[in-house]
Amino acid sequence: MIRAENIAKKYGDFVAVDGISFEVQRGESFGLLGPNGAGKSTTMKMIAAVSTRTSGNLEVLGMDPNTDGPAIRSQLGVVPQEDNLDQELRVRENLITYGRFFGMSHAAVAKRADELLEFAQLTDRAKSKVEPLSGGMKRRLTIARSLMNDPQMLLLDEPTTGLDPQARHILWDRLFRLKEQGTTLVLTTHYMDEAEQLSDRIVVVDKGAIMAEGSPAQLIRQYSSKEVLEVRYGSDKNSTVAKSIADVGERQEILPDRILIYSDNGERDLAEITKRGHHPMTSLVRRSSLEDVFLRLTGRSLVE
Amino acid sequence: MTSVADIMADADKPRRWGWWYVTELRLREMRGYVSYVVTSSFANPLMYLLALGIGLANLIPEGMDGVPFLVFVAPALLMSTILTIGAEEGMYPVLSGFKWHKIFFAIHATPVTPGQIVGGFLVHLTIRFTFTAGVFFGFLILFGAVPLASGWVMIPISILGAFSILTPLGAYAARLEDDTGQFALIQRLVVMPMFLFSGTFFPLSQVPDWLEWVGWVSPLWHATQLGRTFSYGAIEPMWLSATHLVVLVAYSAIGGYFMHRSFVARLTK
Repeated sequence: MIRAENIAKKYGDFVAVDGISFEVQRGESFGLLGPNGAGKSTTMKMIAAVSTRTSGNLEVLGMDPNTDGPAIRSQLGVVPQEDNLDQELRVRENLITYGRFFGMSHAAVAKRADELLEFAQLTDRAKSKVEPLSGGMKRRLTIARSLMNDPQMLLLDEPTTGLDPQARHILWDRLFRLKEQGTTLVLTTHYMDEAEQLSDRIVVVDKGAIMAEGSPAQLIRQYSSKEVLEVRYGSDKNSTVAKSIADVGERQEILPDRILIYSDNGERDLAEITKRGHHPMTSLVRRSSLEDVFLRLTGRSLVE
Repeated sequence: MTSVADIMADADKPRRWGWWYVTELRLREMRGYVSYVVTSSFANPLMYLLALGIGLANLIPEGMDGVPFLVFVAPALLMSTILTIGAEEGMYPVLSGFKWHKIFFAIHATPVTPGQIVGGFLVHLTIRFTFTAGVFFGFLILFGAVPLASGWVMIPISILGAFSILTPLGAYAARLEDDTGQFALIQRLVVMPMFLFSGTFFPLSQVPDWLEWVGWVSPLWHATQLGRTFSYGAIEPMWLSATHLVVLVAYSAIGGYFMHRSFVARLTK
């Protein structure tokens, strides 16, 4: 569906995307994971054939976005980072007018709009204005809108940023259904849990470049340990304590508020630390996550 | 779910009809403020005609340019009303589509191109201007301010005039990151002086020489003069009438060209 070779986007001297390469297959769910400003949205815009790339080769559905923009866009569904619903129209009208842009007939858009209102659980809000909808509802409406043309590929830029946990889970459920139906999903996120939930394959991007690529499980296996022990001694003491427990576990990250100890057995390490007389204020043993992968790769955390 | 085949009646359709879908959208949006458009379309001419056409006209019993003052001022009132709306539509609605409502970005995510967005936007405004100018013209007939049947030509002239100011402003507004008072400044330093010094209430020849250029660069003066020729048959050399038309077309065409460029630049950034 997508083949990107060394694509770059520059704004004057500023390099937003610095020559990245990746491929996305039909039916795949592909995630771009990285912090804000990593170049994810710019990459998405180039794929969506709305931002002209500065250099590199890019093929979307076998066509070049720089020259075949309208044809490519006719096959895509796009969920932008910021909702750009039409505030002057009602909920259902937003779907109807959007479907028209794809050349669908009045009858077809009406039918499709009703189906998608159902899918987005917004049927009872069909005649409502957009503005009073909750953040989660607006997001679902934006997703419904992106599906009007029954797209071959759905592009989601930070789909759940700014939503409360419950709204995120409803949304993930809807997206998961699309994935099950075989829709190709490409999403960007700076939430590792979102990337884990929705992506078969992930590239980790930072500062416009790709740092690593693989399935969530592969990435964790490759760049992190099985378990992570988190201990807190209070912000003043963390670094002092860290020195005397430096040999515990496979690797450590000393963050301002806590120490992360990577190992295959967190409980054993916690016992070891306690035996040495360093009783943490709080401790937690958890599975490794993509957050740890990102920290390992860049020395920074995803959400700053 | 409905299959692609059902939905995509024709992959080429948006290529040909994209502009119309944009017009459709704008018309549908207009439902939200249609009462405003209708009310102002009726109230504006009524107020103007009562205040200037009747009130002021009584103070100038000898008329102007060889016709009653009401007849003299009527084309100017129509033109300035439509051109002022044109100026308004070229500012906030354009910036808003990029900045606040971001609706232009939403449309551009579909097969519709920036050129079609501009096209649909202008077609919708043509419909709106035709309505407002039509109502205004109706009032002019009612007040006996348009003596000639050829007066209806003022309607297309007013629309051309509106575009001659709308498109350059649209080209500018589409490149703005934010409105930090620019629009208010344009309103006060461009639109308002244009209204005052374009031979609106008195012939341009009455304006001090050093201010006469305002009329010459003002689309309003050209539109008004052209309107007067068609309305009461104001006498001016043929070349001058042709100049009015050329100036209005040039403003609209050059403005339209740059408006399109601004939209492309903003939407494909």
